[in-house]
Amino acid sequence: MNAGCGAAPLSRGRRPVGLLGFVDSARAGRGRPARLRGAAPQNRLLRLEMAAALGVFACAVLFAAPAQELRFCVQADPKTFDALQVSDEPSEIVRYLTGGVLVRVNRVTDQLQPELAESWALTDGGRAITFHLRAGLKFSDGAPLNASDVARTLNTALAPKQASPAGDTFRSAQGDPEVLADSPLEITIRYPQPKPGIDRLFDTLSIVPANAGRLPASAGPFFISEYRPGDFVRLARNPNYWKRDDAGRHIPYLDSIRIDIQPNREIELARFLRKEIHLINKMQPEGFDRVAKEMPAAARNLGASLDSEFLWFNQSDSAVPQWKRKWFASSVFRHAISASINRDDLARIVYRGHAHPAAAGPFSPSNRFWFNASLKPLPFDPPAALRSLAGEGFALRDGVLRDRDGHAVEFSVITNAGNRTREATAAVIQDDLRKIGVQLNIVTLDFRSLIERISKTSQYEACLLGFANVEVDPIEQMNIWLSSGPQHQWRPLQKTPATPWEARIDKFELLQASEPSRELRKKAFDEVQRIVVEQEPFIYLVNPDYLTAISPSLRGGHPVTAPPQILWNVESLRLE
Amino acid sequence: MKRAAVILLILVTLAALFAPYLAPYDYGRQFRESPNAPASRRFPMGTDDLGRDRFSRLLYATRVSILLAPAAALVSILIALFVSAAGPALSGLTTLCLSLPWIFLFIILRAVLPLNTRPLASILITFGLMGIAGWAWPARIFTASIRRIRQAGWLLQARAAGISPLRIWLVQVWPHLRAIAIAQFRVLIPSYILSEASLGLLGLGVAEPLPSWGNLLAELQHPDRIRDNPWILAPLALLMLVMIALEALHPSREVVT
Repeated sequence: MNAGCGAAPLSRGRRPVGLLGFVDSARAGRGRPARLRGAAPQNRLLRLEMAAALGVFACAVLFAAPAQELRFCVQADPKTFDALQVSDEPSEIVRYLTGGVLVRVNRVTDQLQPELAESWALTDGGRAITFHLRAGLKFSDGAPLNASDVARTLNTALAPKQASPAGDTFRSAQGDPEVLADSPLEITIRYPQPKPGIDRLFDTLSIVPANAGRLPASAGPFFISEYRPGDFVRLARNPNYWKRDDAGRHIPYLDSIRIDIQPNREIELARFLRKEIHLINKMQPEGFDRVAKEMPAAARNLGASLDSEFLWFNQSDSAVPQWKRKWFASSVFRHAISASINRDDLARIVYRGHAHPAAAGPFSPSNRFWFNASLKPLPFDPPAALRSLAGEGFALRDGVLRDRDGHAVEFSVITNAGNRTREATAAVIQDDLRKIGVQLNIVTLDFRSLIERISKTSQYEACLLGFANVEVDPIEQMNIWLSSGPQHQWRPLQKTPATPWEARIDKFELLQASEPSRELRKKAFDEVQRIVVEQEPFIYLVNPDYLTAISPSLRGGHPVTAPPQILWNVESLRLE
Repeated sequence: MKRAAVILLILVTLAALFAPYLAPYDYGRQFRESPNAPASRRFPMGTDDLGRDRFSRLLYATRVSILLAPAAALVSILIALFVSAAGPALSGLTTLCLSLPWIFLFIILRAVLPLNTRPLASILITFGLMGIAGWAWPARIFTASIRRIRQAGWLLQARAAGISPLRIWLVQVWPHLRAIAIAQFRVLIPSYILSEASLGLLGLGVAEPLPSWGNLLAELQHPDRIRDNPWILAPLALLMLVMIALEALHPSREVVT
């Protein structure tokens, strides 16, 4: 040891040894250069204090718990940070992580749990709901949160000029609700008629502060602390969040969340494999297989998702030739096409085994409460399909299926270009239908052109698309099942139901939408599902599995198939 | 070198023409029990996602691309030569064509085309469109060369000698343009092959199940697959070989005067 014993280890990059060595040599006054040995005692004391302070700082740096920053990617910039204007997935993720809500649907138990409201009561036969807020609630900027904030939030969402997607779910055909802030901690929302599922709706309404800036304050577990467009959004832990864990500690456990904006899924996957991000909330089968191969502990298949892939025929009075409209309007024809598609092969080949052949009806079996388990899926049976078609006057001649008038059965299916899974699905269906003499022409279109054809011009014969179910309650699907609905894709916006079975769907849909009892609503929607299976206006193909990747260092997660999947219990997540 | 290039091009063309006899299977046949199979005696280049034999698909894809891409390039060159030869009267048309937003025109075109187009018709339309739309770039180069040639003394002399305009063009002018035409032809072929894959996004490309070099090359967007089956690179290798062969047939010493 000599004069260099303090500084040399630092320069070699051995920081712990070097720093401790510097403190030791200063205290002992040994090994110093000659000019320092004769220094005044007070100078020595000063140096000693400085060295001690440096030592304490070094220890703090070395031994303090590392910052708990969760990292993951979204594919695009959030379009808004206004919780009432959210309509895209990245914005919805930010809203969920930052928004304070009155009640939360527990994604595992499907039960409502108290949040900002400590209790609530449905009154007046399901027409009104009264919430009792917790005392002492605050936004992340320290401003108090009370019933007037809830009233202002709901009134803003319902204001017509706001055109708020959040407000749409609170509207009813009979009129908007009346919002009454009875006291600072009590608020009542009253509808003209009973509103089914009214309590669960408040899971989606984040209470917003009166003065929301560019990065608004929030009442949820995190608040937006930094946003660099095209780069990342950083959320910081809300110091005023009310919740504590069972041990009485403030939660969330995470200090911050960094949401990187990464449109390229390949890069997202590479970053996950390099351990730069902690999770991928939704994966394609190919990427999932790669994770399963390279990081087996991280690959998590959550089972059949709520989503479904399906095919439908255009039954509207459109540019489709009259004889084809006749085919498409026949439930026998639709059943025959359905029975000729090998769904097991679709799940096995196209989805690499990460999908389930679609069960009968519009809901995935993952939607445990609303799924009608009594319905049986149509079996794959091309010979039976041909027999039923023969009963309708179709005949297979020289490998070509012809109708009663001699028209060869040929139709086109449109799907969105660039989606390899859908393109492969279409190719498998094309091959299956060829075996019963049907010529299927696949047309891939950019998504905007496709939407224009199915929603505006109706210039298509059949369409292959998927439905991303973000809500488990069928009330969210009214626009699909009501014959007057804009998303009633096979024949949208009907003034009166075109067929008796569509009239029956309307009847049961309206029943389930007006009945306060959840069990009676279920009964009505079971009937809707039964009619859909009987008529097959949508030919359901598969329910893709929900595939995620979660770093083994991320603890406390209970991923579920309902959005936001891994993040639904973000308060309990922590990094090790 | 030239001989090797000729042999290669002849072999590729023969393989394309006789694809139905050389391919072990139909290009659309799905062996669903063997998706993504590695190369084997049964499947010389393995199978794709849907269990289709890669070797058979490559042969048919070669048939589509090796015949239609040069045909489209030839159409472009002929239009470009015609417009350039017409003189300043049509030079504005070249500028106009270069400034047109072709992608939107293709979208409009897709909207007016019937959806029930068979794969073969679809591919003929696609390459036909590329041929018609792609003439403006070579035309600009031809126009510049022709402008220089028009000022040449030997052209004036030929006119003064009473040689017919057609003969002047064929015997005197064409040799000066030939090198440019061949160079442009070579540039257009690979760009048309790749453009065909991009046009698939507009619903104008080669429709399933017909293969083309363009849609086979699209698999290279997922480089991690190459490790499992390097035969995915076969279309790229073939495209490169064909382009090298075309280059070898046209030595660079033949330059514009």
